Amino acid sequence: MNYNWNWAVLLEEEYLQWLISGLGWTVSVALCGWVIAMTVGCLVGVGRTVPNRWIRLVCTCYVELFRNIPLLVQMFIWYFAIPELVPDDIGRWMKRDMPNPEFVTAVVALGLYTASRVAEQVRAGIETVPVGLKSAATAHGLSTYQSYRYIQLPISFRLIVPPMTSEFLTVFKNSSLALTIGLLELTAQSQQIAEYTFQGFEAFTAATIIYVFIALIVTALMHLLERHTAIPGFVGKDS
Amino acid sequence: MIALQNISKWYGDFQVLKDCSATVDKGQVVVVCGPSGSGKSTLIKCVNGLEAVQQGQIQVDGQEVTSKKTNLTALRSRIGMVFQHFELYPHMTVLENLCLAQEKVLKRSRDEAVSKAEMLIKRVGISEHINKHPSQLSGGQQQRVAIARSLAMDPIAMLFDEPTSALDPEMINEVLDVMVELAKEGMTMMVVTHEMGFAKKVADRVVFMDEGAIVENRPTDDFFGNPESDRARDFLSKILNH
Repeated sequence: MNYNWNWAVLLEEEYLQWLISGLGWTVSVALCGWVIAMTVGCLVGVGRTVPNRWIRLVCTCYVELFRNIPLLVQMFIWYFAIPELVPDDIGRWMKRDMPNPEFVTAVVALGLYTASRVAEQVRAGIETVPVGLKSAATAHGLSTYQSYRYIQLPISFRLIVPPMTSEFLTVFKNSSLALTIGLLELTAQSQQIAEYTFQGFEAFTAATIIYVFIALIVTALMHLLERHTAIPGFVGKDS
Repeated sequence: MIALQNISKWYGDFQVLKDCSATVDKGQVVVVCGPSGSGKSTLIKCVNGLEAVQQGQIQVDGQEVTSKKTNLTALRSRIGMVFQHFELYPHMTVLENLCLAQEKVLKRSRDEAVSKAEMLIKRVGISEHINKHPSQLSGGQQQRVAIARSLAMDPIAMLFDEPTSALDPEMINEVLDVMVELAKEGMTMMVVTHEMGFAKKVADRVVFMDEGAIVENRPTDDFFGNPESDRARDFLSKILNH
């Protein structure tokens, strides 16, 4: 293979700035999407376990809808189709006046998609809480809301920290799909550097290393959270 | 205090409770016994509405458990319940286990709840473990915490669902001692148990169940001295021989 390695290109002012800016957008999309995913996901996940069957039905439909359509398709629907489907005024605003349309769309698409996955983790967590604890809470006069608030949710959130770590990591990786609707996040910037400099290996190696670093930081933080919230002697950890 | 009138319950086609009637008067201790699968635990869970019945009526302190108009959460908060597997909240310390329902259901102040909890934990003899988590305690200790947790609500009656069945033999007595003491203080109690020694010592009446029906419901001495049914005689001969 005849290839002129030139790692220094990454440190040239312009390209380094592109990478930094890409990293900024990646982190912003992922974190904002994660906020939506956690908020909506927790509500929907809890909704799938409540006694009211209509709430359960709506939440189940949400999960099946958002979980089963490829994220890329969802991204396109939010960006290209939704502005045409909503009332004209809103559609015009979305296309013309909405600030950072690529960013907002990516956050919404990523957030609502990830929410369906978070919801399933939350539901699984709640269903893992021993049924006897719920009986005990009920027997002591706690309402359904209080039973969730003080017993079922605190226990299930601790149980699902490990699988949630995976979801949190996935959000960062999935954020790269935002490049398809024109957001210049990390992957898009690397691609752009490759096109400008013909140093594709260097550009994508840089992106890879940055993604790995993000993942390691996230994993470490979630591990700290897991340690911090562990129940002494419960679920086999840190007894 | 507790009155069950002709209650029946089905799981699908299977009838778990067949036309059961029994009463527990104020200050009485009633032991419910019988072979496994006879419906004892289901019966006691119906008393505070943890299990629904399809037929019959249940009254506690004059309130209809089976009526939709009854505020069931308010009624439940006045009936203590102790479970076979303790069901202590694993993410809370012993102290928090005792304070939660006091503060959230009875709306007691933090200070009031804590002093009540400390008093009861001392009474069941585990003051030194008050800041530990349940899984750091032995089974017997956990069950005593569970009893204290129910007592913290100042219940008008206590339900015990096989409170010693999940315990190692050497821990059974420490739990029974607490229960005997409670009985002697005049607490109204309904106890599902296989501990016939406990029944003989403190029960006013014994209810014997088999296959979902109440076969005998008699004063303790009569039940042990002269069981009427063959089924009860058979049951007693099997468990008293050892």
